[in-house]
Amino acid sequence: MKTKALASPYIVWMLIFTIVPLAMVFYFAFTTNSGEFTFTNMARAAEYLPVLMRSVWYALAACVICLLIGYPVAYVIAQTSASWQRVLYLLVTLPMCMSFLLRTLAWVALLRNTGIINTLLAGLGIGPLPLIRNAGSVIMGMVYNYLPYMIMPLYTVIAKLDPRLIEAAQDLGCDSAQVFRRVILPLSMPGIVSGITMVFVPAVSTFYISQKLGGTNNTMIGDIIELQFKGSINQNLGAAMSLILMLLVFVSIWLMNRFTGEGDEGVATL
Amino acid sequence: MKRLGRIWTVLVYLFLYAPMFILFIGSFNDGKDLSEFEGFTLSNYLDLFRNSHFVELLGNSILLAIFSAVLATLLGTLAALGIQAMRGRLRRLVMSLTNIPLVNPEIVTGVSLSLLFVFVGRKMLSTENILGFTTLLIAHVTFCLPYVILSVMPKLHQLDPSLMDAAQDLGCTPLQGFFKVVLPELLPGIISGAIMSFTMSLDDFVISYFVYGPRFATLPVEIYTYTRKQVPPSLYAMFTLMFFLILIVMIAMNVIQARDERKQKKRIKNA
Repeated sequence: MKTKALASPYIVWMLIFTIVPLAMVFYFAFTTNSGEFTFTNMARAAEYLPVLMRSVWYALAACVICLLIGYPVAYVIAQTSASWQRVLYLLVTLPMCMSFLLRTLAWVALLRNTGIINTLLAGLGIGPLPLIRNAGSVIMGMVYNYLPYMIMPLYTVIAKLDPRLIEAAQDLGCDSAQVFRRVILPLSMPGIVSGITMVFVPAVSTFYISQKLGGTNNTMIGDIIELQFKGSINQNLGAAMSLILMLLVFVSIWLMNRFTGEGDEGVATL
Repeated sequence: MKRLGRIWTVLVYLFLYAPMFILFIGSFNDGKDLSEFEGFTLSNYLDLFRNSHFVELLGNSILLAIFSAVLATLLGTLAALGIQAMRGRLRRLVMSLTNIPLVNPEIVTGVSLSLLFVFVGRKMLSTENILGFTTLLIAHVTFCLPYVILSVMPKLHQLDPSLMDAAQDLGCTPLQGFFKVVLPELLPGIISGAIMSFTMSLDDFVISYFVYGPRFATLPVEIYTYTRKQVPPSLYAMFTLMFFLILIVMIAMNVIQARDERKQKKRIKNA
């Protein structure tokens, strides 16, 4: 009985600094600047639907690319010796500790028309290629920044796979493609799901990557929200868009868990 | 197939590290532009220490990270102990509370906190500039707390409940039993939670950006302001120094961890 009370400072803290702020988002989203109830903010936020759809689209593309790039890497890391696994895993996590602002800025230096890659290409008589200020460069920036979030959970799951299961499948006549499709892939599903979530959420809500690597046609929902608050344009509209973004993320996570958790966890939580 | 996988892995690591190499080279560049190397110089490093602005900002960030990590670790460890004693609906409720900052996009967390702070500042404290160290600290503790709880909880799960009984049978008061038996078992989880909090606080940009004020800024927030104008190359020098510092710390932590694991294996073998 007494032990439970140890959590009370934490619960109070979280109520004041998570629940109340979210209630504030609701409050600002449905009021005018002078505090009167209104639907105008939500209606105006709905005008940004194409921007929201674009953000979802870019984030989904980044998720798929991260998965395709990251899965083989996680698999290779898990196959190496214990000490190599340590080193390679450390090297995956290290970039996450470094300023992502400066790292993204370095991509600008690599990709822009007078940048490093185009200068090298010019030496070969090619170019300059339009490598920046388009959808491709924004998605690439997301893949670059969030790839470690995909590799980490994938590696954790694959490293724990029981090698006897693979041997058993081989004994029972599976070729290596079948082993992968029927044993390894289904068992790595939890890693895939958490990897996709960990890439999707920051990708869909980013504002820096699109500012630096995108053009005027690649504005994302995060950019618009940032502008409303930091450009001091319209906090209430910004709150309405934050609310929509939050609901979008919660619904997509819920859907993810719904589709993948069926059978085992899905029933238990109901 | 195996070979192909290895080549792929090497290429992906190159992709991850290519921009960092650009920044390393930029730190020795005589010009300001990252994409044009105008000759080797060490003056960027000298500038970094002569003009103490960035060092001061880094100091701010470290100070904030220490405060956030200590507070989050304290509150979070207590919370984990409390949650462990909870059952059923209450426990599920508290755990979903813990999940909110984890799944919420950072920008929404930042925006929601800034709305709260500005609202409280205007309506209750009648001030327009409430944003500063305190608001940053509150925000950082809030986003660090779930990570502390998630790293302490598994250790609590592994804990043998009879350990506490044994300690009390041997004459410990519950409090003594906690400090002498339970806490040492939880320590690895507590430490990793604290380290995680420290690094996340140190590196956070998105949330800090919405709750910082002119009176107190952190390094990432100030870097952002510079990336909108011209980034002084001494920042690349700082990036390079920090990279190697973090690399050394991470290697040291890994070596310690590896040694611990080997010791544990030996212990199991001998037992």
